[in-house]
Amino acid sequence: MSRIEFMQGNIACAEGALAAGCSFFGGYPITPSTEIAEHMAKKLPKLGRTFIQMEDEIASISAIIGASWTGARAMTATSGPGFSLMMENLGYAIMTETPCVIVNIQRGGPSTGQPTMSAQGDMMQCRFGSHGDISIIALTPSSVQEMYELTVKAFNLADRFRCPVFVMSDETIGHMRERITIPDEVEITQRKPLLKGRLPFEPEDDMIPGFPVFGEGHRVHVTGLTHDMRGYPDTTNHETHATLVKRLVNKIESKKYEIADYDLVNPEAEVVFVTYGPATRTVRQLMKNRSDLKIGHLNLRMVWPFPEKLLYEFENAKAFIVPEMNLGQISREVERHTDVRVVSVPKIGGEIHTTEELLKAMEDFI
Amino acid sequence: MTGDVSDWYRHDRMPHIFCTGCGNGTVINCTLNAVNEMGWDIDNTIFVSGIGCSSRSPGYIVTDSLHTTHGRALAFATGVKMAKPEFNVVVFTGDGDLSAIGGNHFIHACRRNINMTVVCMNNMIYGMTGGQGSPCTPVGAISTTTPYGAREPVFDLAELAVAAGANYSARWTSYHVKELTKAIKTGMETTGLSFIEAMTQCPTSFGRRNKQRKVTDMIDHMRTHSILLSKKRRMEESGEKVPDDLFTVGEFVRRYRPALGVVEE
Ligand SMILES: Cc1ncc(C[n+]2csc(CCOP(=O)(O)OP(=O)(O)O)c2C)c(N)n1
Ligand code: SF4
Repeated sequence: MSRIEFMQGNIACAEGALAAGCSFFGGYPITPSTEIAEHMAKKLPKLGRTFIQMEDEIASISAIIGASWTGARAMTATSGPGFSLMMENLGYAIMTETPCVIVNIQRGGPSTGQPTMSAQGDMMQCRFGSHGDISIIALTPSSVQEMYELTVKAFNLADRFRCPVFVMSDETIGHMRERITIPDEVEITQRKPLLKGRLPFEPEDDMIPGFPVFGEGHRVHVTGLTHDMRGYPDTTNHETHATLVKRLVNKIESKKYEIADYDLVNPEAEVVFVTYGPATRTVRQLMKNRSDLKIGHLNLRMVWPFPEKLLYEFENAKAFIVPEMNLGQISREVERHTDVRVVSVPKIGGEIHTTEELLKAMEDFI
Repeated sequence: MTGDVSDWYRHDRMPHIFCTGCGNGTVINCTLNAVNEMGWDIDNTIFVSGIGCSSRSPGYIVTDSLHTTHGRALAFATGVKMAKPEFNVVVFTGDGDLSAIGGNHFIHACRRNINMTVVCMNNMIYGMTGGQGSPCTPVGAISTTTPYGAREPVFDLAELAVAAGANYSARWTSYHVKELTKAIKTGMETTGLSFIEAMTQCPTSFGRRNKQRKVTDMIDHMRTHSILLSKKRRMEESGEKVPDDLFTVGEFVRRYRPALGVVEE
């Protein structure tokens, strides 16, 4: 059984989090993400869970990391300027292997830019914004339904990989209202517990250590410093550092095709659109309008880690066209992985791509 | 009392990184004595800290602990406590960590009056980064970033905690071991945010540059230049002049305002 509703994207995000068992939300208001915090403020206390409005975004991500160590499924939601403030502690969450979910409803930047308009300008910031070598997981919904489903998935991936996971959405999807099917129950992946006799940062075969929940007698010391498997600082040993950081990156990178989330349409096509978020919708519309054209489409619901091998599925590709609401962030990533011509179709200012714009971009290749 | 205070130490992490003569060890001892007297369960007690010499303290204590980012300890601790109010949460912080980069979190934790204990080791300097000025470096004191003497007025952290809304605020020094221990324990017993400022000697980064080269010079200074808050108030009331170079110690506030992060009955 399931129920059908007409819902805003941001509310679907909050509802997805609630269904996934999110028990702690810490946040600071920022347009266009505020509805998520407001909805959580309304719902969480009634469920006996915790909502707290922190004094800023640095405090918000700090609080959810703290909460996560008590075993809570914890989340925050923000937009560009707040996202930038979180970068230091994002690194902390990665280094300490703390599961948490960070939602970014992107708006136009740089700086306070266009608070009420849509953009995808933080895609590189989420990948490379924190310091040091990192890998991260970023999910990118293109509908209200996906906002719900990918938020649930974000919690599951965070718990499975012991890492922060992003939902990188945007004002368009966040504020759009659509029909959505809400299941009675969602699948929930449990955090792997730390087994007796194991060290708190001792990886198992999948490179991921069991999680030592605070208060269960593990007596774990958690530090953002380079640490050994006991969790004790060991900051000058190059081997400890290299082993740790490579594992943190590889535990995600090595599983990227297992967790990749995408639609691959018309693999035999010569012209292929690569999209995430709003442009996915425009491409689908274009394919409907122009069924006479053979249009290939790679829609990414997970942009990071970037699943480059999917590009090779389009064996006849003459061009990959990448429409984005930025000046070409992911198109550069596509370019890095293929000899085929890559055409960036950037659009900033707050409006999503039109079918005409996409048609024009593919004209040279048909 | 549950057991020996040494039960609380993480013995396999010794020796510690503190310099010879550093005051931090004394403050950790006082805190653990207080914790032990409280009869708290090791597995139910969480230590949280930011970054700095003082913030290394949780690493030597055998509980679950979070050594976080510079200035953010109170925000992390707020997450721990709000998610799990049953935990006893104790925060170790330095004067720079707490009042410079972490100033905003400090006043908001006090305003929320969240039920935890904050112990600030105020050595009046940035110890870990090698002796730069902090918001608590006294006017005239030499640091690597105030080579001609500090010119900015200092924060009175204990007063700040009172103004921001903490239920308990006290200041002692690493010389006043008994009083400090008692204040920390009283703080732990008081519902809401308890703030205990412990003035500590940092011979390496502070004393060396400020004519207090020997550890004993710094401890002597704390002994001779501290004045009990109640005594100071009496002197002021009777019109007696209080010397400028004294700093107050004692209990600044103990009250029972509504607090956050309290276990609901
Ligand atoms: C964001 C950030 N800025 C700066 C630093 C560098 N840093 C490390 S410790 C410290 C000062 C610590 O001073 P204090 O909090 O007074 O503690 P103490 O070492 O004196 O105990 C600074 C500035 C840092 N780690 N992170
Ligand atoms: S630098 Fe100062 S505060 Fe840091 S360990 Fe040495 S004496 Fe202690």
